[in-house]
Amino acid sequence: MTTITADARPQSAPARSSERMRRAARRWRYLTNAGAAVVSVVLLLWTLTPIYNIIMVSLEAEGDVSVTHIFPPEPSAASFWVVLTEGHWYLESFWHQFGNSVFLAGMVTFFVLLIGSLTSFSISRMRIRNGWVITNAALLTYVIPASFLAIPFYLIMNRYGLQNNPWSVIAVLVTFATPYAIFIFQEYGRSIPLELDESARIDGASPLQIYFRIYLPLMAPALVAVGTYALLLAWNEYLYQFLLLSNEQSMTVAVALGKFLNSDVAPWNYMMATAIIYALPPLATYYIFRNRMSSGLTMGGVKG
Amino acid sequence: MTTVSAIELGRPAVRRQSLWRYWRGGLQGSEFTWAVAFVVPYIGVFCAFVIYPALYGLWMGSNPSLYPEVFSDPIYLNTVVNTMIFLAFGVNVKLFLALMLSGFFMRPGWWTKALLMIFVLPWAVPALPTFISIHWMLNGEWGLVNNALWILFGVDGPSWLNSRWLALGSAIFSHVWKWTPFWTVILLAGRMSIPQEIYDAAKVDGATGLRRFTDVTFPLLANLYLVLTLLATIFLLGDFNSVYFVTGGGPANSTHLLATLGVVRDMLELGKPQLGVAAVMSALPLLIPLVIILMRKLKTSEAQL
Repeated sequence: MTTITADARPQSAPARSSERMRRAARRWRYLTNAGAAVVSVVLLLWTLTPIYNIIMVSLEAEGDVSVTHIFPPEPSAASFWVVLTEGHWYLESFWHQFGNSVFLAGMVTFFVLLIGSLTSFSISRMRIRNGWVITNAALLTYVIPASFLAIPFYLIMNRYGLQNNPWSVIAVLVTFATPYAIFIFQEYGRSIPLELDESARIDGASPLQIYFRIYLPLMAPALVAVGTYALLLAWNEYLYQFLLLSNEQSMTVAVALGKFLNSDVAPWNYMMATAIIYALPPLATYYIFRNRMSSGLTMGGVKG
Repeated sequence: MTTVSAIELGRPAVRRQSLWRYWRGGLQGSEFTWAVAFVVPYIGVFCAFVIYPALYGLWMGSNPSLYPEVFSDPIYLNTVVNTMIFLAFGVNVKLFLALMLSGFFMRPGWWTKALLMIFVLPWAVPALPTFISIHWMLNGEWGLVNNALWILFGVDGPSWLNSRWLALGSAIFSHVWKWTPFWTVILLAGRMSIPQEIYDAAKVDGATGLRRFTDVTFPLLANLYLVLTLLATIFLLGDFNSVYFVTGGGPANSTHLLATLGVVRDMLELGKPQLGVAAVMSALPLLIPLVIILMRKLKTSEAQL
């Protein structure tokens, strides 16, 4: 439409019309830039306000948050020091809890990678018959909300005396993280030619050797993506840790933080400092592996 | 005569061998054993930690005398209403925002990239600290929100968490805040996979501005958007954290979702886990069709998440 009218315009003033179009384009550009600036400011406020609130409370000098200002008049980082040195009776086993969280996340990552890669190796590389049944079972697990199984799982673990045992939580987190690993590994594995396996087989390599020497090294990027995913999932998960790990010995940082919330006399600045320290490891992991993760996360984005 | 009997004698053996070969597929010798050994860990995990708890839950919830007690509970009925509202607003608001914002983040330039890095923070930070922070921000007497309202506008804000609807709205807000970045990143990848040539062709045909979105972008993203809506609905049905930390189910148990009602109130406070299982199971008529549709969709479209 526009092209036709432009052509039909009298030839007497071509320069003026092109000048007008340029000006309109410039005005349009200014408008969209201004719009983008407004959206950016709104997004920044939207995103950062709750995070700002955490930092603000952690910088309060007193434990009292019943305040009426929006920035502490005398900000102090003392609460971080108190947390790191376990200088308050609420925090006396902070490093022990931190260690529990690290152990939990590490074990979950290890088993997700191990079980996920073995399963997808067998299904997509060795082409075990009826492997699609396992793929479907994994898909089903992926779409069921984990919290729906929380009550029966809790009762089962109680029955077998496994409450306060980190392995019960590791088991459930591995269960819910492995399906994602199986998808990503199968999807990524398609880019590795099967002929590599074939030629190794002809040279007399056993399946175990093919798995260790060929499959795992070539899958390294997918392993990193899924490992990051599993690590973050295990570190950030709350519900199952809260239900199953309740005593001093087995408690993780997440459970301790949740416990803080339920007590009325808790020193909130310490709690928020704990929260920041708790949030830093996953945040650092996320930003280091961000590119690999999002490429795995959205692999095959909009096919069909 | 002898030949026939020989064939008849041989037949079962042949059939057994072919069945065995069918099960082994193309694998030879010890390879089949290895292949089975490799899938056994996952099958074990699946049976022990998905099938067993699921059957146990079904068995617990199979007592029909539980349901009159569940359905006559006013808090349960409130919870169902809450869940509906949460689904209607939570899913659609966050996905619509994500769709729009993914378009915004397609803009070129370092500023957009830097903004995206900041924008994914709510998703990258663990849920627990930020939800607790929102819980305090919304405190009526000394929360950041009301302090800011007072300092900036001289207005006394409401006590957000003391009325059912404001509290529910706050929980939905927190959920949207936390999860919009996740869906935005996925939709952004979806938009990026649309080839530029299609836009160039559409531009030649005169599709610019809004038409570019309605006639080109959205039809191409529609399938992904549908899959994400289904997935977000299912994930939201199982949401625990946003209600548990922001409102704690309060005031007076009026803002529970099914998961928090079942776990926190029924199991931990009342000590009646069967009631909790029955409450959670009442979502199955909605959950099962969604899961079936989603599994078909995921298979045909191969949208990996």
